[in-house]
Amino acid sequence: MTAASVLLQFLNGLASASSLFLVAAGLSLIFGVTRIVNFAHGSLFMLGMYAAVALAPYVGFWWSVPLAALAVGALGAVLEALLLRRLYAAPELLQLLATFALVLIIKDFALWAWGPEDLLGPRAPGLEGAVAIAGSRFPEYDVFLIACGPIVLAALWQLLRRTRWGTLVRAATQDRDMANALGVDQRHLFGSVFALGALLAGLGGALQIPREPATLAIDLQVISDAFVVVVVGGLGSIPGAFLAALLIGEIKAFCIGLGFSEFTLAVEFVVMAIVLVLRPWGLLGQMPAPVRGAGAHEPAFALPSRGALQALVAVALALCVVPLLSGGYTLVLLTDILLFALFAVSLHFLMGPGGMLSFGHAAYFGLGAYGAGLLLLKAETSMGLALLAAPLFAVFAAVVFGWFCVRLSGVYLAMLTLAFAQITWSVVYQWDAFTGGSNGLIGIWPAGWLSGKTAYYYVTLATSLAGIAAMWRVLYAPFGYALRAGRDSPLRADAIGIDVRAQQWAGFVFAGLFAGIAGALYAFSKGSISPEALAVPRSVDGLVMVLLGGLHTLTGPVWGAALFTWLQDSVARGFDYWRAVIGAVILLLVIAVPGGLGSILRARSSR
Amino acid sequence: MLEVRGLSAAYGKAQVLFELDFVAHAGEVLALLGRNGAGKSTALKRIMGLLPPRTGEIRFGGARIDALPPFRIARLGLGYVPEERRIFTDLSVRENLEVGRQPPRDGAAHWTPDRLFELFPNLGRMQDRLGGRMSGGEQQMLAVARTLMGNPRAILLDEPAEGLAPIVVEQVALAIRELKAQGLCVLLCEQNLHFARQLADRACLLEQGRIRASGTLEAVESLYAMV
Repeated sequence: MTAASVLLQFLNGLASASSLFLVAAGLSLIFGVTRIVNFAHGSLFMLGMYAAVALAPYVGFWWSVPLAALAVGALGAVLEALLLRRLYAAPELLQLLATFALVLIIKDFALWAWGPEDLLGPRAPGLEGAVAIAGSRFPEYDVFLIACGPIVLAALWQLLRRTRWGTLVRAATQDRDMANALGVDQRHLFGSVFALGALLAGLGGALQIPREPATLAIDLQVISDAFVVVVVGGLGSIPGAFLAALLIGEIKAFCIGLGFSEFTLAVEFVVMAIVLVLRPWGLLGQMPAPVRGAGAHEPAFALPSRGALQALVAVALALCVVPLLSGGYTLVLLTDILLFALFAVSLHFLMGPGGMLSFGHAAYFGLGAYGAGLLLLKAETSMGLALLAAPLFAVFAAVVFGWFCVRLSGVYLAMLTLAFAQITWSVVYQWDAFTGGSNGLIGIWPAGWLSGKTAYYYVTLATSLAGIAAMWRVLYAPFGYALRAGRDSPLRADAIGIDVRAQQWAGFVFAGLFAGIAGALYAFSKGSISPEALAVPRSVDGLVMVLLGGLHTLTGPVWGAALFTWLQDSVARGFDYWRAVIGAVILLLVIAVPGGLGSILRARSSR
Repeated sequence: MLEVRGLSAAYGKAQVLFELDFVAHAGEVLALLGRNGAGKSTALKRIMGLLPPRTGEIRFGGARIDALPPFRIARLGLGYVPEERRIFTDLSVRENLEVGRQPPRDGAAHWTPDRLFELFPNLGRMQDRLGGRMSGGEQQMLAVARTLMGNPRAILLDEPAEGLAPIVVEQVALAIRELKAQGLCVLLCEQNLHFARQLADRACLLEQGRIRASGTLEAVESLYAMV
């Protein structure tokens, strides 16, 4: 590599760092003040792109950029006022769920408004050419982008340091109750912060259109990039976000420049994992102030009453006789529901009693599925052995990843689980020779005696119910109590002799095992698997199931999995915009039933 | 000025305040005396709207405030200085004051940073220092000054002398006397009798969430020694 090409790669890195920084700065600002992790931030970026592409033919590119940014900012203000404002007092996870729902709705809105095809944007008038740098041609527009990052950083810095608004934002970031008691109206403050964050995301998207087309898939891609940048830089730190955007922009640019382009999918997550292990609060972040009274509000899991147990046994028995009454489609749907219930309960075990939020639980599900496929197809073992041994793939990954994850807590832990899931996904996605790459594996059929739908249903039923029962039983065993003690008060748990980290690690592996079993069951029920089995959307599905059902209920995740799987299956058949329907259902539930479905049942059964 | 009737409060299912009644007038210091855990801080938080409303009626300047959010209560001219001080550690002294700033209010003194630096000369010498780099005493003064920036008509003080050196305690007492002389209504939570005696006009004795006695400080004092 010559010095000139190093310079060019460096400039390329700077140019992509700019738009990365714009999105991440907005995300960081919103998180800092409202403590909401806005999953829909990538969707706002996507809207900025589409809006700019749509506006450019009428007003020209240079007007379309600020107009698109303002439109997205205004949308942010509306979303905050109508939705998020109701959720500031709600548990963190419910807020997450609501922003997931927005992702679904915004994606389908874009599909409806602009169609499924990628849209090419115009080039920037006046900056169509290229400048000669070290004997090569470098686009003029990229020079402009390179300047945008520092300009926005300086403007934000002035805004936060020199204005009363900025002072109030910084005060509320640190202690919103105190700011409130001093007469600061949080609604205006939070609303304006959210609008500004959305505006930055929209601006980032609009500025990107001369470089790449607007696509529907960009939302989750951008949000995971932005998460990485924000976490590496330190949550809530704008200069940290800038530094991290530069770091990641450069590393990606050099990966491409050096010919390791397949490594770019994972490299930022590797960087994040390294940074989080070395500096748990990011490069420029500070240890988050402990949330006052956290844990005290988490209701204990009561032992289920005799009546509730009888009801559960009755449900299990009813499931046993279903094949006698019905076949075909019902059995396929119930098989799906059962194995996703197992998956959801394993995620619930991790998040609820374990207190470890995971954005990447699909990794263990997917590894179970791929384990089964690989054992059957590559190692040519029998189906029974493949089913039994496949979850060990998930266990192995959970042992390794968990060791790192339990060193962190809260949102940082969640981000690290996302990073590991993304790394796993990109390995599977790119290793064509072994995992089949993006095509996945086909021909994973169960042995002859299980090939019937009924037989496989019974296997799934028995395995899922046994797994769910085992996890529920463990909640009331000393291990379960130790986990909950560690969640509610790590210091006190430590002081009475519980090795909190070791317990969490064990909990992480335990949850991974059952997710892996669910994945293995899934592989044999479908006959084929693709990298989607362990991609981010699958993890999101799991979170939605758990939160729909209710995090603080025992049986909630089962009902959540049933409702979600049924909705996905029935709505998706007849309607192109099924994601938006699911999103709308989630929003309604979040606002109307904040405790999840399980809480309705619990309210009925208690007294 | 501040009227509390039948005030109760609970954390979850554990009730900690039972039917409190008291009135504090302009230009006087009313002390809420009580041991640790008697419910003093909870009463202040409840008045300030920082705990979810339960039974009871709170009036400030004649208007009901028991269902208002904290910022509305603050904007009516009721200031709050919490026991933990809760200084914004990432903000400088001037910025901390800026957060507390409210428009001038009829019938209340109009505070500016410069006037506050006269009241607390220490703060004037460290205007650009970050809150996190200040001593406990300096933070306490900043907490009071920050609340005064809202030009309050009444102020809730939660154990302002706790953990401070005697000389700093003296300065805090001086400031409170000055505020009282300007006609401010002060509700002072205290377990240090010696400190309360210097300042309070009247007192209520709080014990296990109930008012045991109220009246002149001397009358309450003898009971306090026994609880």
